[in-house]
Amino acid sequence: MARLIRTEKEVEGRFEEVWLVVEEDPLEQWPAGPGEVVGRPAVRKDALERVRGEARYTADIRLPGMLHAALLRSPYAHARVRRIDLAPALALPGVRAAIGPGEAPGLDAEAGYAGAPVAAVAAETDAQARAALEAVDVEWEKLDAVLDPEEAVERGILHGEPERYERGDFDRAVAEADVVVESTYRTQVVLHNSMETHQSVCEWIGDRLDIHTSTQYVWGVRAEVARELGIAADRVRVVCEYMGGGFGSKNSAGEYTFAAAELARRTGRPVRCALTRREEHVAAGNRNATLQRLTVAARSDGTITALGGDFINALGWGGWSAATEGPLKMLYACENVRTTRSTAKINTPPMKAFRAPGFVEGTFGLECLIDELAARLDVDPLELRRMNYASSNDGTPFSSKNLAQCYERARKHWDRRHAVRARSDATWKRGVGMASQIWYGGGGPPSYAWTRVGSDGRITVVTAMQDIGTGTRTAMAQIAAEELGVPLDRVEVTLGDTARGPYATLSAGSSTTPSIGPAVRAAAADAKRQILEIAAQRYDLEERILDIRNGTIVSADGNLSVGLAEFLELLGSAQILGKGARGPNPTGMSVLTFGVHVVEAAVDVETGEVRVERVAAVHDVGRIVNPLGAESQVEGGIIQGIGHTLSEQRLMDEETGRVLTTSLDAYRMPTIADVPEIVCEFVDEPDAHLTNLGSKGLGEPPIVPIAAAIANAIRDATGADVHELPVSREEMLRALREAEKKERRGAPAAV
Amino acid sequence: MKLVINGDEHEVDAPVGASLAAVLRERLGLTGTKIACNEGHCGACTVMIDGVPVLSCITLAHSVEGEVTTIEGLRDHPLVDAFVRADAVQCGFCTPGQVVSAAALVAARPTPTEEEIRHAMAGNICRCGTYPKIEEAILHWRD
Ligand code: FES
Ligand code: FES
Repeated sequence: MARLIRTEKEVEGRFEEVWLVVEEDPLEQWPAGPGEVVGRPAVRKDALERVRGEARYTADIRLPGMLHAALLRSPYAHARVRRIDLAPALALPGVRAAIGPGEAPGLDAEAGYAGAPVAAVAAETDAQARAALEAVDVEWEKLDAVLDPEEAVERGILHGEPERYERGDFDRAVAEADVVVESTYRTQVVLHNSMETHQSVCEWIGDRLDIHTSTQYVWGVRAEVARELGIAADRVRVVCEYMGGGFGSKNSAGEYTFAAAELARRTGRPVRCALTRREEHVAAGNRNATLQRLTVAARSDGTITALGGDFINALGWGGWSAATEGPLKMLYACENVRTTRSTAKINTPPMKAFRAPGFVEGTFGLECLIDELAARLDVDPLELRRMNYASSNDGTPFSSKNLAQCYERARKHWDRRHAVRARSDATWKRGVGMASQIWYGGGGPPSYAWTRVGSDGRITVVTAMQDIGTGTRTAMAQIAAEELGVPLDRVEVTLGDTARGPYATLSAGSSTTPSIGPAVRAAAADAKRQILEIAAQRYDLEERILDIRNGTIVSADGNLSVGLAEFLELLGSAQILGKGARGPNPTGMSVLTFGVHVVEAAVDVETGEVRVERVAAVHDVGRIVNPLGAESQVEGGIIQGIGHTLSEQRLMDEETGRVLTTSLDAYRMPTIADVPEIVCEFVDEPDAHLTNLGSKGLGEPPIVPIAAAIANAIRDATGADVHELPVSREEMLRALREAEKKERRGAPAAV
Repeated sequence: MKLVINGDEHEVDAPVGASLAAVLRERLGLTGTKIACNEGHCGACTVMIDGVPVLSCITLAHSVEGEVTTIEGLRDHPLVDAFVRADAVQCGFCTPGQVVSAAALVAARPTPTEEEIRHAMAGNICRCGTYPKIEEAILHWRD
């Protein structure tokens, strides 16, 4: 039955009170452990077409008569278009239309950062469109630009009011503590750099707008475009079957979509608008820089009594302020906590969610701080973490938490540290570090799925979600196969088209599997029930003794055993249709994911080079649907995190606010040569309170703890405290020099 | 201009200065070859010319003299199945380029070591981080 509830909805760590229509979720969870299909490694359903280059991405869409659009961007960090003349561009060969500020959402007269789009041109070829941009005549009025986040905070140039949080009595706890550690951490701006750049192809068919777009959220783009253009949502169709990565940067429509839509309307032709790699580095979003001034206070027995943090999120011109203080509030049992988060509005490119926004940055600070405390207390870092284990989220029970089990499993990796250190030599110092992970990933309603069973006994799952490379198509097929009792190769999944399936949530916030998976299971159960109803009538048996196992309908009394395909032949062209909806999240509970990483790193103390040699990851994300795909997610998160920790940094000219690292040559992402040995384990316990599946999301957790674990391994190896990301050679050498000074002053790092 | 691609001869009309990648994708509809940076930094556009891997986005189409092999010409290569089995594909946008580089590698060295794999594949960026699985796929490509 449909039910109306008032509830908190979480997306990427942001909460909102909303009315939700949910359906009851009467299915019992499957027992823990692998089933016939779920919990067993499965090769991706769409691997073949992706590997062979047959999968058609937005980048590959070529429509008859299609034009190419290019965007004119501001050369200044803050400026206003005083006058613009598009006529010279329109006069050039091949140019078919041009629009200026105010003529499409996202094209504004005020440019808040160098690279902000103000105008767009459509031409027969991409080269003609880009050449035409040069001809647009703009008179700019330069405005005051603020590029330094600390200056912005001082001058009160903020996005919203500072966020404050307090529990207990922080000041008193600090005053009464035996040990207080204060440290400042900085994290840099990093870029998503999905291999497929942001792009859309728009076409008007009658009064309907078809949008092919590289997106993590077809329904979100549909709603946003309908709202901005003032047209009915069902007049907008958004399609994205294959997409080349997003990592959080493709959750909304983007100016390239609006520009293409408007230029398509004006020309009556399909228009594609694709960002170049260089534009991608400037205007496609980023993980904002942070500044974190942290305090931890503890008793000499290791009990943490106070945690405090002053955070600055250097947001740029737009985006949203992620909860950098989240881990500090939630990871440890601590009665006295005080945080402030100010969000600087500076004239730099806008932030977009990037794989666990806020928590990646905040965990770096917090988990380094905890290790600095461990060193001061001379306590084993793993023990310190276990001693301060949080058994509730400030009074709210966890729906499930197996972090203790993660620590237990991490012990064998942690115990390698003596042997690892012993492998140090005069230049290369080796050490082991760890860090814990906390993040959301419970998903939530609404999401829906349909199932369609044909007379050949094959099943199609229909749901308008997207698979951004995380393997959700395969996971959904596994869930349907498990519930229907058929082998995986009998199930196909249709996705990625708002006109061809029911609503499904976005592929972000580690929410796809926990949100859509339960709906798929419910839809499969609905079809199964109907199949068994028909079988009961056909064979004159009681429905309750019938089941489907491995593609065969069987009766408990052993009298019936008939292949599903054979039985369903009687359907002819008829089909069995099932439907399912995602049930509600448990009320009054915190749904979170947990984990721990143990890193072995080597530091060249002469050059400052850092190498990650081994990463052991243990994650608690509820039931694992596809262990093979899950392992790939963990490896991918770790590798991306190693890039963030050691080499990636978007550099900007401090004077002009222009991005300097605009190529993949200048912005260094990990290659295959940078990959350490990775060991991946899962607790694999279903969350008994969460849906009919007990699964949480896994896209983000593996990137959360890696930076701190590397930094802590560096400390273990060298005694040096790194406080800044990336740990460039300069930062490493600075930390080494400081550690040496400290030692000379007679305060060795580990006392 | 005449190009021999995957064994077929094509008569192509393309402006001077056009990249091989653009010709493959825009003129011949061979969109298996991806463009991710268009300036020679990522390997997504890798094709082979006479068995040698090249970055087609920075190769002038008019300068091509040998026989071009794209991912479309490698569809039945055992590496494809090896990539599928090893889960060496996430979003898949870099993957055709990875397969082409890997095919060139195993043609030269049928049993490459991990070191050789890392050396030969270091020019192919994968933002999803499928590297461990790529290594596994290449190590076991003939199994
Ligand atoms: S697209 Fe050719 S190297 Fe990146
Ligand atoms: S699989 Fe996504 S970039 Fe390689």
